[in-house]
Amino acid sequence: MTRAALLVLADGRFPAGGHAHSGGAEEAVGAGRITGATSLEAFLRGRLHTTGLVTAALAAAAAAGGDPAELDAAADARTPSPALRLTARKLGRQLMRAARAAWPSTELDALAREFPKGAHQPVVLGLTARAAGLGAADAAYCSVYESVSGPATAVVRLLSLDPFEATAVLARLAPELDRVVDRAVVAGSAVATAGVDALPAASAPLLEIGAEVHAAWPVRLFAS
Amino acid sequence: MSGVHATARIGARYDGRGGTSLPVLESDGPLALRRTRGTAGEARVMLVGAMSGPLGGDRFAVEADVGNGARLQVGSAAATIALPGQAKDEAHYDVRLTVADGGELRWLPEQLISAKGSDLFVTTRAALGADARLVLREEQVLGRVGEEPGRLTSRLTVRVAGRVVLDQELACGPGAPGGWDGPAVLAEYRAVGQLVVVRPEFRETPAEARNIGEHARVMPLAGPAALVTAVAPDALRLRRALDEALADVDIR
Amino acid sequence: MHLDHTHDRHAAAAVGADARRADGSRRALRIGLGGPVGSGKTATVAALCRTLRDELSLAVVTNDIYTREDAEFLLREAVLPPERITAVETGACPHTAIRDDISANLEAVEDLEDEVGPLDLILVESGGDNLTATFSKGLVDAQIFVIDVAGGDDIPRKGGPGVTTADLLVVNKTDLAPYVGSDLARMAADAKAQRAELPVVFQSLRSEGGVQDVAAWVRAQFAAWTA
Repeated sequence: MTRAALLVLADGRFPAGGHAHSGGAEEAVGAGRITGATSLEAFLRGRLHTTGLVTAALAAAAAAGGDPAELDAAADARTPSPALRLTARKLGRQLMRAARAAWPSTELDALAREFPKGAHQPVVLGLTARAAGLGAADAAYCSVYESVSGPATAVVRLLSLDPFEATAVLARLAPELDRVVDRAVVAGSAVATAGVDALPAASAPLLEIGAEVHAAWPVRLFAS
Repeated sequence: MSGVHATARIGARYDGRGGTSLPVLESDGPLALRRTRGTAGEARVMLVGAMSGPLGGDRFAVEADVGNGARLQVGSAAATIALPGQAKDEAHYDVRLTVADGGELRWLPEQLISAKGSDLFVTTRAALGADARLVLREEQVLGRVGEEPGRLTSRLTVRVAGRVVLDQELACGPGAPGGWDGPAVLAEYRAVGQLVVVRPEFRETPAEARNIGEHARVMPLAGPAALVTAVAPDALRLRRALDEALADVDIR
Repeated sequence: MHLDHTHDRHAAAAVGADARRADGSRRALRIGLGGPVGSGKTATVAALCRTLRDELSLAVVTNDIYTREDAEFLLREAVLPPERITAVETGACPHTAIRDDISANLEAVEDLEDEVGPLDLILVESGGDNLTATFSKGLVDAQIFVIDVAGGDDIPRKGGPGVTTADLLVVNKTDLAPYVGSDLARMAADAKAQRAELPVVFQSLRSEGGVQDVAAWVRAQFAAWTA
């Protein structure tokens, strides 16, 4: 195992399609709920403790060797918005392409065969971490960081927000990211004995509703 | 052990003559059940809160079991208010619903209001047979008028033929993980509701994703079910949105 | 039961820009069109579709700054049936989507081949971007860079990766040259200096020849691809 593999996987320039997604930030900016650094921080904190926690636990469980198909079904049940399910599968498929090029693995090949239209992104992320020789906590770190860094970058573009301010917001959230990772790893490892019901199911009503509203916008910069 | 522990039970069965009988109707402590006038084929039960509650330390549970061919509707006489108790402990309210193949349950209680200082965990689990039908409404109101809310954690799980089609938890109020009142979760809205509709016909023709008013959305789930999620400034506007959504989904 | 994903017989997508599809058949030739805003990329794509659609099985992927504007233009012009036109969202950065992180575009071209294929040619259009925007070799087999005379006749002299390295440089809107004071001979000489033997086409879509020279170049690329 190499620790630096974590940096490769977590790099914002890792070519897995994330740059075209705002994690709900474009809709929240459009609706006037994000207007600057303070509301961005509140948005990211809410996202971190809901979808961030859930996806990190899914990624940790997949990295720990959980059954990908069961985890994928658990992700479906935790994602009521059809627009978000579609996005998660598209991003899963895009990550799969980059992952197989970077860390060829029979497990990734098998998952790609089972889900030709893409498995949920955190499930693919967990198996990618495995293929890269990384552990459950590494997968969870990648997932929670992505859950806040993507929207932060999008808001920099959408509001022309000062990038130093946006980065400072991420740095302030870092201790909370650590705590969410700890919870995600505990939940993810409980799947082996207690099944997927042990996974968190924290939801964010405005992210779900907003994703549906955004998907119907005729003109948008980001895919989600 | 502190607090009140109470479990009320309802069992609904097809009576063989086109109607539904209630062989089980067990009230317990503060949870009183009354059979009310139903419609042809459907039995109706009203949950009457004889005491206010749940308070800190209380553990309430309601179980309803609907058999093949039976049709049951359950409502409540008034909103449930979670209040702080003498004990600092959290309160629990568990709802267990099972509907057999060919059975139908309409679970339409009044709102749950989270009062300042309360700490309540609500767990609702519905397990349905492959061809069972369900309409389930949950409404959470954060604080009485002008009051800040207590802590409320509410998890809703729906299984159809053993497969989980919906698993969602909402945590809000002081002590909940950060950001619950931020732009990703509830923002300034203080009323939030879910309406779950399960019906076998959705297997062939899933519900259509659409908006109901400004902040309610019908979402087809991965399975023969649909979820309506709504947020609103208050309980009245939330109910209006969910009623409209229910009428819309019910026609189909 | 209704599920969002489908377990079908298709094998998993290939990892990179392999010349073969997962089932072993040859995939479509992919040609990228890039260039500055307003240089006439979408009009060139539309003209190519009209000229080639009877001889080749065609599809188009657009990468717009705003989701679907170029796709909507192509749909309005009815140059192809709507199922043959896909718009990719780029998060405000078309050059990222065509060069640095091509995954959404690869998905779009593969989905088109799955859904409306077999295809001979897929045109991948970049949203109007800057002079440095080029397509990744992992996404396209050849690329066309479109500039126009109204953008300034010093663009070929200034160079930049698009002008210097594109497989074909198109200098568009030559009919406007007298009105904007652009010197076509100077543009041709500068382009030659920057590009050596790489071809340059001067075109006006409003004049008789229209897109014919570019279409001929595309036909030659296709002949080489299928050879």
